[in-house]
Amino acid sequence: MNMAQKKFVCSVCGYVHNGDKAPEVCPICKQSGVFVEEKKNGLDTNSNVYTIIYATIIVVIVAVLLALVSQVLSPRQEANRLLDQQKQILVALNQNYDNTDPAALYRSLVNDTIDVNGAPVFVANIEGNTKYVLKLHGAGLWGGIGGYLALDADKNTIYGINFNHESETPGLGAEIVTDKFRSQFPGKHIRNAAGEVVSVAVLKAGKVADGQEQVDALSGATITSDGVSTMIATNLAEYAEFLNNIDNINNASDSEPTTCAAPTSVSEANLITEE
Amino acid sequence: MALSQKTKEVLFGPLNINNPVVVQVLGICSALAVTVQLKPALVMGIAVTIIVAMANVIVSLIRNTIPMRIRIIIQLVVVAALVTLVSEVLKAFAYDVAMQLSVYIGLIITNCILMGRLEAFAMTNKVWDSFLDGLGNGFGYAIILVIVAFFRELLGAGTLLGFRVIPESWYVANGGFYENCGMMMMPAMALILVACIIWAHRGYNKELK
Repeated sequence: MNMAQKKFVCSVCGYVHNGDKAPEVCPICKQSGVFVEEKKNGLDTNSNVYTIIYATIIVVIVAVLLALVSQVLSPRQEANRLLDQQKQILVALNQNYDNTDPAALYRSLVNDTIDVNGAPVFVANIEGNTKYVLKLHGAGLWGGIGGYLALDADKNTIYGINFNHESETPGLGAEIVTDKFRSQFPGKHIRNAAGEVVSVAVLKAGKVADGQEQVDALSGATITSDGVSTMIATNLAEYAEFLNNIDNINNASDSEPTTCAAPTSVSEANLITEE
Repeated sequence: MALSQKTKEVLFGPLNINNPVVVQVLGICSALAVTVQLKPALVMGIAVTIIVAMANVIVSLIRNTIPMRIRIIIQLVVVAALVTLVSEVLKAFAYDVAMQLSVYIGLIITNCILMGRLEAFAMTNKVWDSFLDGLGNGFGYAIILVIVAFFRELLGAGTLLGFRVIPESWYVANGGFYENCGMMMMPAMALILVACIIWAHRGYNKELK
């Protein structure tokens, strides 16, 4: 910009000539009529000032654009997140929402939320039986895993469970979301014979858990399976205050074992006598 | 609509003779990550095609104004902004798809095909040609991903797109004779399959030798 001269570039070899007009013959490749004038817009796009201003403008444009889009879309995204959570809770409660409005079904079933030190307990009512849905979160192999665990009113028998994951390996760890894996859980008990909360272990076929009930791990996904096992145990520990508060277990109508539950075990018998 | 010779070359070249994966050897890392099953491979292929075409158009539009010294940064900003934008829009309007894509969306930014095409093509070509180049390279990438994922899912899990292809009764566990190839689930197998494709491709196309 600070030069009165124009810049001419040889279109064959790239030689740059500074001057008022283009030379007839290129001194490097000896071809004639090959020079093209540079700088169409008259701006030197390589100067420091231009570079800094350009970078600033681009960054500001992108930032404003993204902030705007994020602001405009956030109510919809929030609604989607909420709906997704409701759907996951419905899956944990073994409800099929294919042919109905999931939000309406959710509202008809889940009627209360208890806050346990910041962690939510969703209280659902399925055909007259109270179910508690606990939120799970933990770590898999590549990223976070999570889920919802539905317990019967005895706070012991698992009624249903649902898993989600951020980035587990497709075909291996990601299989935790499949019905095949989930369906192992209903009917298992999270307490041992003494009534203590001991969680359910996810173990490789052939291994036997000590003092707790177990389900089979996914083959080829040891770390994700271990993650699920740890997640259930740590989250149940976080809910200890809620789980050990046997007093607030709802009235007698709930003490009937549900159709889904496994044959009554010693621990369940213990609990019922406690009630 | 008749396509000119150059248009054809730009659009269809990357599908075969100038394929980004097997000839330019770009985007290998994501090819390893998403080819265990066919579905994520398809989704990733489509997502990359869309993003690379859009990024090519934008960079081509502003190519004459970009200062040479920070061009890579500008390209990166364009790609990152686009990817973020697409992910935000998906979360608002197609939540299920967004959840499935969540990992891959992030992976797209690091996909070297994008930077490769922006730097090699969009910086020096007109908008329409750049758009076609983006589409072509996206499809070229998707084809290889789908081929690799086809073999990995079929041989590794006995399914295709989640549907069972090899009957359950064939398996040793059910008294049959067949067992899945566990090796196919390992990332290294994707590399070996890509190498096999390159081998076959070079053997078939004499001009690449």
